[in-house]
Amino acid sequence: MPQPEDRSDAYLAAREAALGWLTVNWDPQLSVRAWWARLADSGWGFPTWPEDWFGRGLSADAAAGVRSAFLEAGALPPPASLGQQLGAPMLLLHGNAEQKARFLPPLARGEESWCQFFSEPGSGSDLASAQTRAVLSEAGWTVDGQKVWTSGAQWADRGMLLARTNRDVPKHQGLSFFVIDVGQPGIDVRPLHQMNGEHGFNEVFFTGAHIDDDRIIGEAGDGWSAAVTVLMYERFMASLPTAMPGRKAGQLDEPAGAAVQRAAQARSSGRTGVSELVIDVAARLGESGDPVLRQRLAALWATETINGYLARGGLSDRESRRPSAHGSLTKLARSELVRAGRDTGLSVLGAQGLLQDPAVPGGSEIRHRALSSPGASIAGGTDEIQRGIVGERVLGLPKEPRTDRDVPFRDLTIGTQRQAP
Amino acid sequence: MTTLGATAEQEELRDSVRRFLADRAPLTRVRELMETEDGTDKGVWEQAGSQLGLQGIAIPEEYGGAGFTFAEQAIVLEELGAALYGGPFLASAVLAATALLASSDEAARRDLLPAIASGETIATLAFTEDNGSWDPSTTRLFAAKTGDGWRLDGHKSFVLDGGSAGLILVLGVADGGLSLFAVGAGSAGLTRTVLPTLDQTRKLARLEFDGVTARLIGSVGDAAAIMDRVLDTAAIALAAEQLGGAQRAFDMAVEYSKVRHQFGRPIGSFQALKHRMADMLLEVESLRSAVNYAAAAVAEGAEEVPIIASLVKAYASETFFHVAAENIQIHGGIGFTWEHDAHLYFKRAKSSELFLGDATYHRERLASRIEL
Repeated sequence: MPQPEDRSDAYLAAREAALGWLTVNWDPQLSVRAWWARLADSGWGFPTWPEDWFGRGLSADAAAGVRSAFLEAGALPPPASLGQQLGAPMLLLHGNAEQKARFLPPLARGEESWCQFFSEPGSGSDLASAQTRAVLSEAGWTVDGQKVWTSGAQWADRGMLLARTNRDVPKHQGLSFFVIDVGQPGIDVRPLHQMNGEHGFNEVFFTGAHIDDDRIIGEAGDGWSAAVTVLMYERFMASLPTAMPGRKAGQLDEPAGAAVQRAAQARSSGRTGVSELVIDVAARLGESGDPVLRQRLAALWATETINGYLARGGLSDRESRRPSAHGSLTKLARSELVRAGRDTGLSVLGAQGLLQDPAVPGGSEIRHRALSSPGASIAGGTDEIQRGIVGERVLGLPKEPRTDRDVPFRDLTIGTQRQAP
Repeated sequence: MTTLGATAEQEELRDSVRRFLADRAPLTRVRELMETEDGTDKGVWEQAGSQLGLQGIAIPEEYGGAGFTFAEQAIVLEELGAALYGGPFLASAVLAATALLASSDEAARRDLLPAIASGETIATLAFTEDNGSWDPSTTRLFAAKTGDGWRLDGHKSFVLDGGSAGLILVLGVADGGLSLFAVGAGSAGLTRTVLPTLDQTRKLARLEFDGVTARLIGSVGDAAAIMDRVLDTAAIALAAEQLGGAQRAFDMAVEYSKVRHQFGRPIGSFQALKHRMADMLLEVESLRSAVNYAAAAVAEGAEEVPIIASLVKAYASETFFHVAAENIQIHGGIGFTWEHDAHLYFKRAKSSELFLGDATYHRERLASRIEL
């Protein structure tokens, strides 16, 4: 298929400038730590950050051009934990001068890895109903509660924590946002096992965990606005596979050249489109002549192909459609493709699909994708939440009446509680 | 590949076509015309040709057209589809014009295309027969060489605007293979019967040929290749129309759900409807991306056109009908009435789905074309 060259001037200019710098400065002999330090000083590691803070003040579009330059140059991409991707933009908007000066340098240099303590067992789609509490005393803040779906908590040096500091006001007004040190006795990180057998996430228990008073972002009770910033950036998160930042992962002292090779492998694996995979397995099993299956295979191929057109071109030049809405649409499209790939893939496998390891090349990949499929329509905002966003923000449909906005948090029923405590 | 975004000129074209249709061919007029045999307002057709140059937009200037590409024609088709325009644009400016352009017959192009480009001649392409197959290889109409010409015997059916066209391009089997012929509507031995249609804005006819004198277009046996190109181009053209119809029907549903109140709320505030409309937007936007991509591919003569044609026709068929049916459901009882316009889109969606082959047909073609 031809790839439409639909690149803006900003993209091309940034790509060329970054490529020029990388050609001169990329050195695979450097340690990861030294390379990232050099990158931080250049502003090319985080081109969307301001010039005063390790960046170049470029647009998201230009940053995509910079990413392509890293691939072209074969250089190790910048560190990319949630601290770099979400924490830094949040600090730049909501942090005070002291917090920026303290937290941004180690993030920019990849010396720290951060995670995000947002979701809770009782707060999935309704994040603002978080119950984990932080209580202020003379010694600082004390945190008790539970977070879940925290990816990277086992590697994280610090976490972004959304916690309730006031139960007597409506739920959005009683939240505060903190940066908390993960390696302390009051925090217990346990792997969370998913239905596909993997454990990419954790559940994290806070029992009298401590936060210094100067680690609150903004005022107590203003945490929701910083959380919204993080969520907004989460939708546009784009990064390349790279080495793991932070002290715990132990990759900072490796040669950058070895790290970039590992990253390139991570990029190439799992790259095959689902329709290519399923069509290939159907051919191996000699099923490509079945007229009913051909319909499903062609439909799967069509869905994946059209998703590609949508991702590249859809809505971009329509003034009423904002990029955030485009993100919701492509996410919904992706969920649908994942479901279709699961069902067609397992139908192709037939009886082989009953097995843990189907005896056909590609069979295990189909099984694994099938068992991972529900994640696509849940993680990062469920399909139902995305449809709400599309309906209300793009189509301008009236909002659902709400009953939880004007009552004190303590009077609400949260999660599967039988009644408010 | 050129950029997928529309240029300022293309947006201007879209606006002027939309304004023209809103002014001269609103749905109230569509309703009047759909009760007539030819479904066409002659004045509007002539103005579209002489003032806006729509019929000839994708015909090269040397043949009297405006010399734009299929990308611009697709924009016109999208607007025509949105307005449920019932005139013979698809038949004349797409099916017939593409057949002539795809043939090797320079003389026929020079003779016939200028009048098609100006709208003076309404042309169509008669290729389907009573068996209802969209596959040209099933053609039975027989062409025999006479002294200095050809005579056609047999029939054609499901011929788009076959009752009103002045020039009919006919697919026939000669000794030597599938061949294309031109026949004047007034030819002796030609009997035309207008067929009542499910979608009254789409006019179809059955044609009987009893020793009709015809002109060979191109050479004997070259029509299979011509038809390949015509059917791929027409599938994408129809998909562009379907996109226009789908967008318009969808907009109707969204607008109505904002003003219709039940249980003390606008019905669009209920998730049962809101989420369905979000899904419909995803379908319509996906179709838009696919049509834009396909139109650019035709404009550039890309090798992948046969693949994209079936891809986009299958998707457009399902999307337009789904949206048109949901539009009625969201309107409730009023949407089921004759007075409401929702049923016009429902019928057009169904007729467009079936014409040139439905989604199942095109998915099978797609499967073959991606060498499945």
